[in-house]
Amino acid sequence: MSTVLEVSDLSKSFGGIRAVNGVSFSLDEGEIVGLIGPNGAGKTTLVNLITGVHRVSSGRIVFQGEDVTRQRPFQAARRGLARTFQIVQPFPAMSVVENVGAGALFGGSATSKREAMALAREELAFVGLDALADAPAASLTLPNRKRLELAKSLAMRPKVLLLDEVNAGLNTAEIDNALALIRAIAARGVTIVIIEHLMKVVLSITSRILVLHHGELIAEGEPHAVVADEKVIEAYLGAKFAARYRAEAQNG
Amino acid sequence: MTVRRAFVFVLFAVWVALLATTPFSGDNYTVRIAIQIAMYSALALSWNMIGGFTGYPSFATAAFFGLGCYIGALSQIAGAPTVVAWIVATAGVALFAAALGLIILRLKGHYFAIGSIAIVEVLRLVISSWSGLTGGGDGLNVPFLRGGPEFVSQLVLGVMLLIMVIAFAVTVWVDRGRLGFGLKCINQNEDAADMVGIDVTRYKIAAFVLSAFLCGTVGAVYASWVGYIDPTDSFSIVFTVKVAVMTILGGAGTVLGPVVGAAVFVVLEEYFWANFLAWNRAILGAIIVFLIFFLPGGILRLDYRHLWSQAKARHGRIGMAGGE
Repeated sequence: MSTVLEVSDLSKSFGGIRAVNGVSFSLDEGEIVGLIGPNGAGKTTLVNLITGVHRVSSGRIVFQGEDVTRQRPFQAARRGLARTFQIVQPFPAMSVVENVGAGALFGGSATSKREAMALAREELAFVGLDALADAPAASLTLPNRKRLELAKSLAMRPKVLLLDEVNAGLNTAEIDNALALIRAIAARGVTIVIIEHLMKVVLSITSRILVLHHGELIAEGEPHAVVADEKVIEAYLGAKFAARYRAEAQNG
Repeated sequence: MTVRRAFVFVLFAVWVALLATTPFSGDNYTVRIAIQIAMYSALALSWNMIGGFTGYPSFATAAFFGLGCYIGALSQIAGAPTVVAWIVATAGVALFAAALGLIILRLKGHYFAIGSIAIVEVLRLVISSWSGLTGGGDGLNVPFLRGGPEFVSQLVLGVMLLIMVIAFAVTVWVDRGRLGFGLKCINQNEDAADMVGIDVTRYKIAAFVLSAFLCGTVGAVYASWVGYIDPTDSFSIVFTVKVAVMTILGGAGTVLGPVVGAAVFVVLEEYFWANFLAWNRAILGAIIVFLIFFLPGGILRLDYRHLWSQAKARHGRIGMAGGE
């Protein structure tokens, strides 16, 4: 497997606060990686740095062999580095299909509006929103808005997709649907980074976990090893989770 | 959809033809109003690019118009033929807008609005103070168009209508294409537009230049028409507000809205000007307040079918009440 994204010694300061501090990691093509850590650990800031929303203070980002440290968000989108937002960001007055079409036209490969809309309908069918294609985006329920975000990102034909808490605010049944969808996206060969608080989700879907704490990467590796790491338990998971997790592992 | 589009084109063509025939059917006064309608339609269609499609409340129209007046007049005084002077004014204003857009489009919302007002004021002050070139507060005499007064007004009407048609064609092209789609995305959520791969800076500058260049042409033609320009008239805040109000009155962000708004506004203003000389400005203010409260989407965005069915329902009830 080849490396698709490589982040080396990345830092970002806001005034005197170091929100991200010397973070290095790389992503292999086609893997699903979990990014966990307590609130304020710098997870979203890291995503913002990778997609060009924030200017990098120091460090380097290489995407498919190209130095993209200084890129702007629209350039990230066109290169194939797509992301979803913790708080969904639709174009409210446009229809669902137009929202997705914007992704296909400007961030993806579509050369005309007509082609973009056709591609958009395909992606809507993929995420299961095709029945609502012509509804205004503002009328969607929260789970459907998250699907819309996913369809919009997918229409850009991304190589890497950064999912910022796509499951926040969803109930158990909705989360199961979302997980099936994320697996289906990965099956298309898209590398996925998923920011997530629900450990059940992280453990069931990822092949590797990165743990951020106070802006620093404190652990990285195979999920079950990371979960058993004392530093991770202390910083994020808590002793209670560790005990329960160990008990569950013993009982099979 | 295509039927509606065709309807819009036919309506616009009929309206232009109607305005074009005023020299044969009406008196000089009617022709003057037709010129004004054509001129304001072109300006409102231009404003619609930045204020309607993109959602940036620009008050820079008067800056572009005034600059067009002066570039056109000065080129003519320097010896350029009239038409060349108009083209120079168009290109000059487009360049000015591109350079200005790079700076001012970093601002958003109210800040952008205030910044664009400042542009008008700064240009007015520069032109007033630079008396060596511009004649300062004394204004500038512009070489008259050749021919008798009737021929001149027919010529100006023709040219203004041509500019209006170009502005409409540009609007249709933008509305249908990639650029317009991108601008509408920026209008609704600029950050999200950036995230789907729209180069928002370039798109906004394109919209700003498209909203400016024909204002330059209109200014230069206007200067040739009236024969005299001064800083206060060329860079007027009321003028700039008027163009925005017309567009919003008709329906900002629609293709035909600015044309409808300009026509309705010019006719209303002419009526109020003629009949309520002292109250003219107050009535303009009242129209703006009315718009904000009752017609935020403009005349073209009203749901006429809903209104009609409501009216019918009310009529029906009254009818029944009468029958009892």
